[in-house]
Amino acid sequence: MKGYILRRTLAAIPVLFFVATFVFLILHLTPGDPAYLLLGESESDWIMIEDIEELRAHLGLDRPLHEQYVKFLWSAVQGDLGTSIFTGQPVSDLFAQRFEATFVLGVVSKVVALGFAIPLGILAAWKANSIWDRGIMMYVVLGFSVPAYWLAYNLIFLFAVNLGWLPAVGYSPFSEGFLDWARHLVLPVITIGLTTAALTTRITRATMLEVLREDYIRTARSKGLSERLILLRHALKNASIPIVTIIGLGLATIISGVVIIEVVFAIPGMGRALVEAILKRDYPVIQGLILVTAAAFVFINLVTDILYAYLDPRIRYG
Amino acid sequence: MRVALENLDVLGLAGLAPGLRRGARSAGRALQRNPNMLLGLVILVLMGLMALAAPLITTYDPIRLNVIDRLEGPSGSHWFGTDHLGRDVYTRVVYGARISLLVGASVAVFSSVAGILLGLVSGYFPLADAIIMRIMDALMSFPSFLLAIALVATMSPGMETVIIAITVVDTPRTARVARASVLSLRAVDYVLAARALGARSLRIMFNHILPNCFAPIMVQATFVFAVAILIEAGLSFLGTGVPPEVATWGNIMGDGRRVAKIAVWVIFFPGLFLSLTVLAVNLVGDGLRDALDPKLRGKL
Repeated sequence: MKGYILRRTLAAIPVLFFVATFVFLILHLTPGDPAYLLLGESESDWIMIEDIEELRAHLGLDRPLHEQYVKFLWSAVQGDLGTSIFTGQPVSDLFAQRFEATFVLGVVSKVVALGFAIPLGILAAWKANSIWDRGIMMYVVLGFSVPAYWLAYNLIFLFAVNLGWLPAVGYSPFSEGFLDWARHLVLPVITIGLTTAALTTRITRATMLEVLREDYIRTARSKGLSERLILLRHALKNASIPIVTIIGLGLATIISGVVIIEVVFAIPGMGRALVEAILKRDYPVIQGLILVTAAAFVFINLVTDILYAYLDPRIRYG
Repeated sequence: MRVALENLDVLGLAGLAPGLRRGARSAGRALQRNPNMLLGLVILVLMGLMALAAPLITTYDPIRLNVIDRLEGPSGSHWFGTDHLGRDVYTRVVYGARISLLVGASVAVFSSVAGILLGLVSGYFPLADAIIMRIMDALMSFPSFLLAIALVATMSPGMETVIIAITVVDTPRTARVARASVLSLRAVDYVLAARALGARSLRIMFNHILPNCFAPIMVQATFVFAVAILIEAGLSFLGTGVPPEVATWGNIMGDGRRVAKIAVWVIFFPGLFLSLTVLAVNLVGDGLRDALDPKLRGKL
């Protein structure tokens, strides 16, 4: 297992390198000069050439591309993600400030989504082709189709504006009291949970359906074991590998989902910081935050792969 | 359909005809068997007709401001109410369908063409495979919505930018599907026979392999269509997509953000139409997948 973990970790390094290169190239090879974009919409006459040159020098854009690239990579390896053009704040500080809200929202949403999706998937497979199954599959198709932010506004309108049960927007850190923290998280977590649980429900149902047709399940039934024991100990355990994969992927896609939800609920997380940076065209912040998020995505995929190998020894020796 | 298929001869794509004919027959049978797919198709056709007939079925201008009537609730004169600038939400939703469907269809076509070409080359030439698939892996190592945001942030705003960005995001998945099909078809008897008869690589790729890859790519294209509509709406909602003056479902909802607490209809109706459209595309995609791969029927 140790050898496998080492091999997989080493294999993630070139991917990270590709990711960093891609982030660099996005901002440097796409049409348009970031300095012009920052100072105005187009290369119009009223922008002073000196201003452009000064800004280019400040951003390091006057250096040769390969030199900028090496500097970018070297700084990123050392944890220096650049500095905001507008606030002068290092991106790593911004990341540290905004990380908690995003992390909490992502993890709690995922836990809720799993607590919801796995039992639903098992129930749908167990009662295949029944009214339960059809209802659950209808939810799955809706979950793929309804945009999370639209669901969010409907929930805000119902539970915050009309019923007044929960706060509509905002975030309260855990350190300022559990109840307030939890009350602010309910609506965003339900929104992300409901929309992301659809895929996990679908995969759980599909793998459980396969497993429930196996001979050892028939044997377990003929031995007179209870359905509960068969479902949880015999079926779910063997269906867990594809489910773990999809959980890992789902965790990574939550990073994307959180971006819009943070804007809707005015949660001071990384997603909101990224959108603010894009609207202001604060390139170092965009570059830094996307790099960190993509690195987190690669890391989650790595952990998923390792977990996958742990659950299925054939992968380790394959 | 037959005339259209015969025209492929002129284009030198005659090899595609059997695949397309088979696909059309399977789709027809699937519609008879699968009421959900039929429902999805009916919704999609209605949305398409609504988009085409927008000037005929609306009485207001989708862009002109009318602040006297601002934030009016749904009524006989404004079925879906008005927004913060007094524009008729129903009119904007109807015109918005044009952009959503256009973006979805454009991305589905462009990413399918790019994905097929990359998948064909990658699946057929092992040396190219190593390079192309590593680039695809790198693209897929970004969360898709984030990559789309990053791309639109670096280009000048506009619908073309949004289409290019979403195509870049969606192409790697299509390329993977195409490559997997090509790999499985590369060693089948009729391909080996064509090679033994001296057929060139291009001929084998386009006349023998490509027509038989169509089924999974068609299914993938429907899902790309759905994802593209959702990503475009998300980008516009955040103010990073299609310019705000254009009526798109995402822009209408984005405008509604600032008045969400007092005028929920500005967000509700465009979101409902967006959800219905994506639901319809997903139902059609699921139906196509079941029809083209009967082993999966009822399992997913």
